Formats: sequence, C-alpha cells, structure tokens
Amino acid sequence: MEHLDPSLVDWSRAQFALTALYHWIFVPLTLGLTFLVAIMETIYVKTGDIWWKKTTKFWMTLLAINFAIGLATGIIMEFEFGTNWSNYSWIVGDIFGAPLAIEGLMAFFMESTFFAIMFFGWDKVSKKTHLISTWLVAIGSNLSALWILVANGWMQHPVGMHFNPDTARNEMVNFWEILFNPNAYSKFLHTISSGYVLAALFIISVSSWYLLKGRNIQFAKRSIMIAASFGLIVSIFNLTTGDDSARQAALNQPMKLAAMEGLYDGKSSAPIVAFGILNPKKNYLNDEKEFLFKIEIPDGLSLLGFHSIDAYVPGIKQLVLGDKEHNITSAAQKLSIGKKAVTALTNYKIAKKEGDTLQAQSALNIFEENAKYLGYGYLEKPEDVIPNVPITFYAFHTMVTFGFWFITLFIIILYLAMTNELEQKRWFLKAALWSLPLGYIAQEAGWIVAEVGRQPWAIQDMLPVGMATSQLSSTSVMFTFWMFAILFTALLIAEVKIMITQIKIGPEEV
Amino acid sequence: MFEKLSYIMLQQYWWLLVAVLAALFIFMTFVQGGQTLLYTLGKTEEQRDLIINTLGRKWELGFSALVMFGGALFAAFPLFYATSFGGAYYVWMAILFCFIIQAVAYEYRKKPNNGLGEKTYEVFLMINGSLGIILIGIALGTLFTGGNFVVNEMNLSHWTKPTYGLEAVLNWYNLAFGFMLFFLARIQAALYFINTIENQEITNRAKIVLKYETWIFLILFSYVIFSLLTMVGYNYDSLTKIINVENQKFLHNFIAMPWLGAMLSVGAVLLLWGIGSTLWKKSDKGIWFSGIGTILVVISLVLVLGYNHTAFYPSLVDIQSSLTIENSSGSHYTLIAMSYVSLMVPFVLAYIAWAWRVMNRDKITIEEVQNDAHHY
Repeated sequence: MEHLDPSLVDWSRAQFALTALYHWIFVPLTLGLTFLVAIMETIYVKTGDIWWKKTTKFWMTLLAINFAIGLATGIIMEFEFGTNWSNYSWIVGDIFGAPLAIEGLMAFFMESTFFAIMFFGWDKVSKKTHLISTWLVAIGSNLSALWILVANGWMQHPVGMHFNPDTARNEMVNFWEILFNPNAYSKFLHTISSGYVLAALFIISVSSWYLLKGRNIQFAKRSIMIAASFGLIVSIFNLTTGDDSARQAALNQPMKLAAMEGLYDGKSSAPIVAFGILNPKKNYLNDEKEFLFKIEIPDGLSLLGFHSIDAYVPGIKQLVLGDKEHNITSAAQKLSIGKKAVTALTNYKIAKKEGDTLQAQSALNIFEENAKYLGYGYLEKPEDVIPNVPITFYAFHTMVTFGFWFITLFIIILYLAMTNELEQKRWFLKAALWSLPLGYIAQEAGWIVAEVGRQPWAIQDMLPVGMATSQLSSTSVMFTFWMFAILFTALLIAEVKIMITQIKIGPEEV
Repeated sequence: MFEKLSYIMLQQYWWLLVAVLAALFIFMTFVQGGQTLLYTLGKTEEQRDLIINTLGRKWELGFSALVMFGGALFAAFPLFYATSFGGAYYVWMAILFCFIIQAVAYEYRKKPNNGLGEKTYEVFLMINGSLGIILIGIALGTLFTGGNFVVNEMNLSHWTKPTYGLEAVLNWYNLAFGFMLFFLARIQAALYFINTIENQEITNRAKIVLKYETWIFLILFSYVIFSLLTMVGYNYDSLTKIINVENQKFLHNFIAMPWLGAMLSVGAVLLLWGIGSTLWKKSDKGIWFSGIGTILVVISLVLVLGYNHTAFYPSLVDIQSSLTIENSSGSHYTLIAMSYVSLMVPFVLAYIAWAWRVMNRDKITIEEVQNDAHHY
C-alpha cells in the first residue's frame, strides 16, 4: 500500500468537506421541521381547527423546498465514499457499508413513500392516515440520521471488527457492538437535537420577521410559542448530549479534545477556556504561551471530559511525545510499531503468493503482534497526529457560545410571550431574526470540530486519510470540486430566493 | 437462519437482491422517460403541469431505489463499489450530477422567484431523463464488456485510463445498452401516463410514442441480447479462482440455468403484451405487464451476469483483476447480518404498494393539479 499524491488527498478532502458542509445546511432543518410540522398537524387533527391545517401546510411548503435540496446534496455523499475514497471503501467497507445500506432500506423508502402522501395525499387518505404519514416522514428522516451517525460514530471510535490479512481489510465481527457503539449514540442524539434547535430557530426567525412587519400576528405568535417551547427543551437536551460527546472524545479521541481546547500541555484539574485567542506562535515543542488572551473556568475540562475535577487531561505534547507517568505511548513509538505491521503484512502477502507457508506464518505472527498500530504505519512523522488546532478550537468555541445563546433566546422569548411584551421588544425580535444564521454557523462548526478534530484519521487510529482516497489524478478531483462548488452554490441561491419569496407570500396563501 | 447458509449461497442471495434492486430502479426510470416526453406529450402549460405532477409523486421512489442500489453494493460487494465508483470516476460523477439536478427540479420549477427560471428546471429534468439514463445504461453495459482497472494484492484498485470510465462511450454495446434503457424508459412512461392521467390528448400522443419508439427499443434490445449471447465472457474456476476467457459465456450460462432464459423470455413477452394491449386492445393497464416484464428481464440479465462462475465486472487490463461475486463480496459475517436486515424488504415493498394504490386510486386530472395548493 503506497501513499497517495498529497494534492489528491487535499482535493478529495476539500470535495468531501464542500459537499458535506453544503448538505448539512439543509439536513438539520429537515430533521427538526418534520417533527414540528407533525406536532402542528397533530393539533389540527385533535382540535379540527382549520387554522392549524393552514399553519401546518405553510411550514410544510418551506420544508419541501428545503427537503428537495437536501436530497440533491445528499445523493453525492453516499456515492462519494466509492468515487473518492475507494481505498477506504475496500479497507472498511465490510463494516461501513452496512449502516449505509440499512439507512437506504429503513429510512429513505419510508421518507420518500410517505413524503408523497404528506404533500399530495390531503384529499386522498383519511386525516389520521395523513397524520401518520407526516409522523413517518419525521421518523424516517431521523432514522436516516441514526444510521449515518452509527457509521460516522464507528469512524470516530471503531469497534466490532478485526483486520483480516488475507483480504487486507477490516471485517465486521460484531454487528451489535457497532450498532450500540456509545460514540454513535452520543453523536446521534447531539446531532438530531441540534437539528431540532435549528428548526426552532427557523420558525422563531420567520415569525419574528412577521411580527416586525406587523403582519400574520396570530400565526407568528402561536408558531413562536411552539418553537420556543420545543427549542428550550431540545436545546437543554442538546447541551447534555454535547457533554456526552466531549466525554466520548476524552475517552476515545484525546487529541481531538486537546485541540478543541488548545491544550498543549496536559494537566490535572484542567480548566476549560470559555473564551480565548490562541497564540499563533505556539507549537507542541516550544514554551510559548498557549493563549494571547483567555477566560477560564477552573477544573472545567477535567470535569467535562472525565466527570472529575481532579482528572488528568493529556495535552498535545504528551500525546505526541508520550508520557510514562500517565501511561501514554508516544506517537513515534506507535509509528514504529505500525511500520513493522505494514512491512509484515507486505511480507505475508509475498510469502503467500510464493507458496512459502513458513515465511507466511512468521510474517503473520509479526503482523499480529504489531497490528494494533497498523494505521500509524502509514503516517510519515509523529507530529502528523496533530489536527489543525486553530480551526478545531475556534469551531468548537463558536458552537458552544452560540449554543448557550440559543438557550437564553428561548427563555427570553417564552418570558416575553407570557408577559405579552414580545411585539413591543423590536430590538429583541431583530436579535431573534438574526439568530438563524448563527444556528447555521453552529451546525457547520459542530461538524468541523468532529471531522477536522480527528485528522489525520479517516478511521480513528486505523486508517489515515492519506491512505483512504481513490487513486485518481488530482486534476480530476479538482475539476469535480469546482463543478460541485458552482452547482451547489447556484442551487443554494435558488433555494434561499424561493424560501424568502414563500415567506413573504405568507401563510394565508397556502 | 442465515447462519446455516454457506458463504457462496449468501453471495448468491445478495447478488439476487442487487438484481431485484436494479430491476426496481429500471422500472422506476419511467419517471425519467416521462421527463423527456414533457414537451412531446404536453402541448399546453396545463398539460405539462399535469405531466410534471404525475411524475412528481413518484420521482423520489426511483431516487431512493438508486441510493439503495448503491448502498446494497457497498455493503454486499464493497470491492465492486470501490473499483467501479473510484475508477470509472467521470461516468459516475456525471450520473450523480444528472440526479442532483433532478432532485430540485420538481419542487423549484414552478416556485416564484426560483433563481434559475422555469425553463432551466425543465432542462434539468431533460438532462436527467436522457443523459442520466443513457449513462446508467452505459455503466451497466460495462459490466458485460469490462473496464480498465487493476486490483492489486491488497485489493486496492486503480483505473488505467486517464478518461476514468468515459472511454466506455466508445463501445457500441455499451451505447446500445444506454439507448435501450432510454427508449424503454420512454415507453414505460407513455404506458404510465395512459394508466394514470385523465386527458385524451396526452393519451393519444402517448400512443403515438409507443407506436414508433417500441420499434427502436426492439432493435436495440435484440442487438443487446444477440450480442450478449455471442460475446466472450469470463469464467472462473470454482477451486483455483483463476479467471479465463470463455467464448459465448453468457449463452452457456443460459443453457446451464434455463430458468433464467425462461424468465427473460416471459419478461420480454409481458413487456410486449403491455405495449400491444395498450395499442390494440385499448387497455390502460399496460404499464403493469410491461413493468413486471421489465423487472423479470433485468433480474434475468443481472443473474446471468453474476451466477455460474462468471466474472461480473471483467478487467480489460488484467484478467485476474476481474470481479466475481466471490472475490468482491463482504465477509461471511457481514452478509449474514445484512441478510437479516433484508427481511425488511417485503415489508418495505408492502407499504410502497399500499401508498401507490391509495395515491393512484383515481386518475389525475388538470383540475386536481390546479386545485392542489402544493402542486409542482
């Protein structure tokens, strides 16, 4: 197995990042809005009040606009594993392909079948059947998220497999371990709850605009109440699942946690940085200060990562250089072990081809002894295990800061709505309106933390991205990168224009 | 239950599932065929809206079938997924491009201030229905004619031509396969409209399409089947796994598995019966005969491609790199696990059938489309 052209790896990563970030503009809204629409339709079916049917249909129209582009940007994601990450598809496809196939069978057909009834079946099926269809679309889209996050959770914390030297790939040995991977569940719950928060923000933002314009007052007030109540519950849930995600990182991806916090030097009772500006001159070897400026919460990181204020949190330095006191193996040692495994695997294949059973057995023994760090064998130098710290750090802190703002926003809205002051507080309505872009930024930031923070790994500790791509010319990938950049940007502009126009038309036209 | 099945039986089972998915997808391409008939059948704005809304209730099923087809290949035959998608890069990217633009076209076409204009979205639908289907046909054709790839001893693959799969368009068989699917999709669409739409003008025009394009399809279909029976194929030894060229391999496969030949023949007859009964017996149920016929033909072709020790994706560069259902599949354990998952298939098909029935109970009219606030 040879290393691939670095520019090819960069373009492949750039394309995957581009398509994933575009796709993620639309998915979270679908995840949450489907539920909110289902709740509204439930009220309609329970009360028989036609006003709720109109309201449901209005939000459903916006959902459909968003859903369509979500599908458009989504289809590429699945196939990209094959087109751009074909080494990956072979090396871990035996495990990774399963959740993707289950997602298709369990979720996509459910979504597409009941989506048609939800939109076109108002007069073709009974009220209850229609309501069930709407709920099934919501469940289907969330099931889709479950399976894709089982797949992603496995990439972050691979379990339930072993490496088969004969086929030169990882093979599944325990489906249940993969399905019930704790990392997958913390990611799933954190991801879907963040989607619900975004949907709440979306409804609040649109409704705030109506209130600022002095139109559709009743519609906006009722919608805003539902969204803020839903938003508050799910954002608190999102906070707790975020805590669990950080704990999973502490346990399984300590380098990611260190990068999230800009922690170069490990310590017990480590503080968490509430706000900070990283020192660009800092690296894991020099003695420069980590931050130019920071506000800390004492013991916060130990508490977040290990639920103990005394816990030791390793820094980037310890994770690269090793730390005997805390039983941390150095990256250099892992690289050395990994390279032995790589050589042994090659020797095993050669001996097998030549029919030399003794030599094959001997190579296999060496391979098994060193296989634990096989992935490190494909790295060039120990510091390759460090992800981009500034991107991970700032993305993480942006996400968390905005997350706390959203909780505050929902509380204030509920308070103002109860005291009947919402319409008068125009400055606050403006803040609510403009919180929607912050929601999108927080969404994207979350994925940047998850994916940039685990570099250089495509599969944590097992397969670096440099080994995972398809063996194409970098020009081909560069060409398709720009193709997607142009197409998705054009579609995004179209989507936003349509969405804004529909909002301006308003619910009375539905 | 599945634990008792041998590895090869599971590989065959999964190849059958892939065949069924491919068949369902090809059946659903009537949506694409219908898109290319938009201006042929719809001469007024109302008629075109009627056509779009008829197809718009079904397009996502075809889209899901394509995604599912990819997912099943990934899970069950990951080496094919890696080799073909990662090698014939430009072809697959072009196919995906054609499907991306389809996904927004229905929803955005009629929306005010839609950024690109109604015509652009109609062009998107045309591209998806023509280029998208022809390219899929070409890609499927390469399963019979082969690709320019090498798989190394670590099972990692690469393409040997800088055109990354586009060279497949220079092969007559692949091209014929692509255009055959294109005309099949249009025929199926015409039959679907006759079955679903209440509009005499559209029905009459659909019958004209049937009358002429059936001949083109039949010529292409005959060429594809005749070439298939006479072309070389790639056989592998069940013990040594060594792959050899075999003249008339697929003819031998049909002889070894006569039930596949019977399935192909019954499928072709049903397909023709669907067309004939519509044209001469004034039936509007032709789509069901042609649909089942299409499904049987596709299943038969996919099975003859992969069963009986046949390399289903031959390498034109290194014959031993060719892919078979044995050397490209997931592990025994994964196939067992996924086979349990496959027990959901009848359930999924059942609710799709139910939804189809309730949505298609009455024929769609221009009035219904105009009265629906959420029409496309």
